[in-house]
Amino acid sequence: MTADALLQVRDLEVDFSTSQGTVNAVAGVAFDVRAGECVAVVGESGSGKTQVLMACLGLLAANGSAQGSVTFAGRELIGAGEQALNTVRGTGIGLLSQDPLSALTPHLRIETLLTEGLLDRGLASRTEARERALRALRDVEIPDPESRLRQYPHELSGGMRQRVALAVALMCSPRLLFADEPTTALDVSVQARVLELLARVRDRGLGVLIVTHDLGVVAGLADRVVVMYAGRIVETATTADLLAMPRHPYTAALLAAVPRLHGAAQARLVGIPGDPPQPAERPPGCAFAARCDFADEHCAQRRPELQQDPYRVAAVACHRPLRAGTEHA
Amino acid sequence: MSSATPLLRVEHAGVRYVLRGGGFFAPPRTLDALTDVSIAIPEGGRLGVVGESGSGKSTLARVVLGLVRANSGRVLWEGHVVDYDDAGTMRALRRGMQVVFQDPFGSLDPRMTAGQAVGEALQALAGPVPSVAAQDRIRAALSEVGLGAAFANRYPHELSGGQCQRVAIARATVARPRLLVCDEAVSALDVSVQAQIVNLLHELSERHQMSLLFISHNLAVVRHLCEDVAVLCQGRVVEQGSRDAIFGSPQVQYTRDLLAAVPEPDPALQRARIAAARVQT
Repeated sequence: MTADALLQVRDLEVDFSTSQGTVNAVAGVAFDVRAGECVAVVGESGSGKTQVLMACLGLLAANGSAQGSVTFAGRELIGAGEQALNTVRGTGIGLLSQDPLSALTPHLRIETLLTEGLLDRGLASRTEARERALRALRDVEIPDPESRLRQYPHELSGGMRQRVALAVALMCSPRLLFADEPTTALDVSVQARVLELLARVRDRGLGVLIVTHDLGVVAGLADRVVVMYAGRIVETATTADLLAMPRHPYTAALLAAVPRLHGAAQARLVGIPGDPPQPAERPPGCAFAARCDFADEHCAQRRPELQQDPYRVAAVACHRPLRAGTEHA
Repeated sequence: MSSATPLLRVEHAGVRYVLRGGGFFAPPRTLDALTDVSIAIPEGGRLGVVGESGSGKSTLARVVLGLVRANSGRVLWEGHVVDYDDAGTMRALRRGMQVVFQDPFGSLDPRMTAGQAVGEALQALAGPVPSVAAQDRIRAALSEVGLGAAFANRYPHELSGGQCQRVAIARATVARPRLLVCDEAVSALDVSVQAQIVNLLHELSERHQMSLLFISHNLAVVRHLCEDVAVLCQGRVVEQGSRDAIFGSPQVQYTRDLLAAVPEPDPALQRARIAAARVQT
């Protein structure tokens, strides 16, 4: 199964050196993304999910360092030089970031933004690039693409900016798309359209790696989900299994926190009490133990390893995983 | 909820912005941000206002707060027409209604600790308070939003997004307003934190009979928090009613579209929606 993985992440560690010493942001992360598959990395702010993407692209902050292995189409990216990385960025892996206004250079016209990747790499002539830009805008359903090419990012609405940013990310025909919280800044109806476009990208055979905190966003789009907490993977499963039967109490709590349109409109939502531990203050045991309803003393002392589920394509890192149909006492 | 007069009533409010552009002799272009909008919130009631970006939700909030003047219509506070140009009225009104904005980092002064931020609001709204009593009230306001005494000395950059939003809520509620306007107050937060803040707003509203004007694009959040809902589309109220009516049997296609766009962690439901969206386009 791993033979045809487009992206293979193994034992990924990310550390940041700060004035208070080395802080570990990501530890022991491993997963695959295959062509035509969408994998979602889910977690709260500070879980390290974005740092995983940045480490893959060699875009960590100057004080950050990554160990372990990330291979894209068989090529090792961790420790690769800038030149080698630049042959992968854009052309191999496209990046769609959370905030489209800061992702699109404000003083460049949409045409320049779309074509500069192709022109700088000498992949197309100017007229050819313009043709492809028009096609890319049509693909993301931008009306009247000819006149849009002459506009600047600030002249577009938020939803249109994010679609232009998606077109930019896909201009150099990457085989893999990274989407970092692509819909967080958008309102629901625009969000639905962007998700639909991402589903279409996946159906065209690209691998899609999406990072989000919202399991609702994951539901229709992702084939598999990787749940991260405090820098580690706590659960992985197919989307259907994970949403129907979460094993890790953290996954179950995240799921319960999503406000619903169906079912009883109970007055109280189920929030997760407290905050995730700061990277420097993580306990020796399970990092979620302090917020977990099911934790005992054992949990706080010994860290649970990620255990493969014998019956499903799934793994969970928990001493006391939830079981289907049985309520924990 | 005992009195028949609603705490806040907006009657036929209209807001027209004059846009720049066009030639020197060309008539100025205008944009109707709100057209004939009427809403009412009873004492202790919670009204959700939903709509897409650009539907006029925030403009409505600003009209109520007096940050934008309506070109037509009027706002009634406890049955009396509000004169937003009268300084005395405005002082009383600011004590009566407060606001929480979307961006928790942007709405707090980075040079002020959480305690100072709350204290400033207390001084401004409740007048001079003896410093011992003020410290007690600041501590009480912070603890009511779930922040312990240690947080009073922290600066915004030392707080998470959810904690910042709690400080913003403490600052808005320290002088016990009767109406809290929340303009996308939970939209920028993680779902787990969002749930905490929604619960907090619900508790504060129940405990102090504080009314809420809750502006959001997320209908699922509104369903959990608000008893009444108004749906705005291009500056007009297209549908208004109780929670059960709006979510149970929406009458207008626009409301149905908004409902259909809410992502839910139910794979079958989401796949069906994406498929339906595909047929449409």
